Amino acid sequence: MLEVKDLRASIEDKEILTGFSLNIKPGEVHAIMGPNGAGKSTVGNVLSGRDAYEVTAGDIGFQGEDLLGMLPEDRAKAGLFLSFQYPVEIPGVSNMEFLKTSVDTVREHRGLPALDTVAFMKLAREKCKQVDLELSFLKRGVNEGFSGGEKKRNEMMQMLLLEPSLCILDEVDSGLDIDALQVVAKCVNSMRSPERSFLLITHYQRLLDYIVPDFVHVLAKGRIVKSGGKDLALELEEKGYGWIDGVESST
Amino acid sequence: MTYSLVEKKVPFTLSAATLVESRSRSSQTSWLNDFRREALSQFQSQPWPTRKTESWKYTSLAALSEESYQGEVSEIEGKDVVSSQLSFDGLEGLKLVFVDGVFNQFLSSDESALSADVSGLICQRFSELDDAAKADVQATLGQVVDSENHLFAAHNNAMLQDGLLLKVLKNTKIEKPIQVIHYSTRQTAPCLTIARLVVVVEEGAELTVVERFGSSSETQNGFVNSLTECVVGSNAQLNHYRIHLEDETAQHVGGVHVNLLANSRLNSFQAGLGSVLKRVDVVVNHIEPGAHCELSGIYLPKNKQRIDFHTDIQHRAAHCTTNEVFRGIMADEAKATFNGRIYIHPHAQQTLAELSNKNLLLSNRAEVNTKPELEIYADDVKCAHGATVSQLDGEAIAYLRSRGISREKAELMMSYGFINELVESIKIEPIKQYMTQVLDSWFGQEQ
Ligand SMILES: Nc1ncnc2c1ncn2[C@@H]1O[C@H](COP(=O)(O)OP(=O)(O)OP(=O)(O)O)[C@@H](O)[C@H]1O
Ligand SMILES: [Mg+2]
Repeated sequence: MLEVKDLRASIEDKEILTGFSLNIKPGEVHAIMGPNGAGKSTVGNVLSGRDAYEVTAGDIGFQGEDLLGMLPEDRAKAGLFLSFQYPVEIPGVSNMEFLKTSVDTVREHRGLPALDTVAFMKLAREKCKQVDLELSFLKRGVNEGFSGGEKKRNEMMQMLLLEPSLCILDEVDSGLDIDALQVVAKCVNSMRSPERSFLLITHYQRLLDYIVPDFVHVLAKGRIVKSGGKDLALELEEKGYGWIDGVESST
Repeated sequence: MTYSLVEKKVPFTLSAATLVESRSRSSQTSWLNDFRREALSQFQSQPWPTRKTESWKYTSLAALSEESYQGEVSEIEGKDVVSSQLSFDGLEGLKLVFVDGVFNQFLSSDESALSADVSGLICQRFSELDDAAKADVQATLGQVVDSENHLFAAHNNAMLQDGLLLKVLKNTKIEKPIQVIHYSTRQTAPCLTIARLVVVVEEGAELTVVERFGSSSETQNGFVNSLTECVVGSNAQLNHYRIHLEDETAQHVGGVHVNLLANSRLNSFQAGLGSVLKRVDVVVNHIEPGAHCELSGIYLPKNKQRIDFHTDIQHRAAHCTTNEVFRGIMADEAKATFNGRIYIHPHAQQTLAELSNKNLLLSNRAEVNTKPELEIYADDVKCAHGATVSQLDGEAIAYLRSRGISREKAELMMSYGFINELVESIKIEPIKQYMTQVLDSWFGQEQ
């Protein structure tokens, strides 16, 4: 699914990723944890193709293709999805119009017939209910004035609609109340399949109680310094990051 | 008969004066001679605007100054007209078409439709007014506009040849919109078009007027001066659409001047596209208490176009409200000016007035000058105004792209989103549809 090799990336001449490598096979769920500023969001952003970042070294293979040679929109069409840590507000563009345009584009790319407006509305309403958002959110501007938790649910709705093959969820649990956390976990779990993979970026072990990962990695200073199974998250919760080589103790 | 618009020297004066005489003979409007003569001297006594003239600071008239304009249009028969520029698909109602300022019977609704269909409506050209209608015109013409302070209104008065009177009698509601369509072509020699409309909506009556300015797709060489004066009687309502869709080489200076009487209502929508020089002044006078003005507009210059809107809302009576919203999108090397003034006179207590102007620059070379002005001389009023200039949000574009939407499409969706609200609020479906198409192609060419 995803093969990242020795990735180095910088922003405004500051190197953030310093040799990041990661392999994700179809059907696997990986979690990345790590201190603030370690470069976790940077991983997601670089994978999704944000042009503010400069990739200075390394390779990324996505479903056998060279991801770095693809435009952000083509990456999305090919099945890569990033749920943003901070979803962007776009006043004036209705959520419904946005979702339909996005779904239309992706379906066209996959050779699927376009959904007519009625069929799409039906689908959108269904997904809206699934993430526990009121239908009125479809009519509002994209994320416009949404609360933190509502934005995250809107991200989940997009994931459900686009049916990507790799979902990168950047702190999808931050700012969620307990019920919302369950809703999000349900969405993810309902989508788990042998063909679909997930990369969860989180600070909290709790999310991983609901969405059980196959692998947990610790990212520090732009590279993975430790990997393990789901138990690693529990250990981190208990001991923090200080004991791991390559992570500077905060004390 | 050629004259320069600018030179205030002898040749201009002479030829313009002869023009007044000769036109009046040909157009059976000799009863306007005194009006024209007076206006001419008023026009000539006003200084020609320069960069230092405050209200013309950002509008260059340089292009006008270099040209001489023919008084009479040459034959327009046999000219190709772009029919899509002359109608709105599916829009019913009376239509009056002027080509280069000359009424065109063939392109307009036929005479019988005029008298038969619409009772309570008087629709006559100045050149064929009956006595009652002449009295109506004389009571209104030049009375709403302050031609001492609007140079081109004085010019319009002076050069006036023919015009149109639309009047709705007391308590009559005219259901279908009246379309007044001006179409400009390229004449052999640069030509001056004077367009004039007088609208009188009597007490308790309601009228919808759609003014539209279009042109052939040839390079334009003429100059259009259009002036509309409206009086909306007490408890009456005027819905006014004014849509400018001229070729980008067109030159047009226009004015809309409205008097609102007690408890009357004006719903006005303005759209400006095209033109190398386009300036529209919208002046609304709240003359009596309880009037309401809903004014919205969009302007979208691209390439090297110049579009200026100057609005001036005068609250002269108590309990009146104004809600004004203008949005502009500037692309390429285009420039726009928005100057919106709301003036609250001392006795205009309990005024509610809001003015919002937002601008979006699609290119680094595009420019906009926005100047909202509130002048308040009454103490019990609620007023707000705001103006913004922004560019497309890069974060938002990245967000849309991360969902499979191309950069071009993302920019389009966001630009559209910027003005869509105003287009959506157009109440006449065929006009809304039409404007949507216009915007589609405007943005389409953008890509
Ligand atoms: N535009 C920028 N200019 C300079 N530095 C930047 C820029 N964007 C991000 N950074 C820096 O890159 C580093 C990594 O940021 P990133 O957002 O990837 O961290 P993170 O691991 O996701 O942290 P958090 O847990 O707080 O979300 C940080 O030190 C951040 O300040
Ligand atoms: Mg982060």
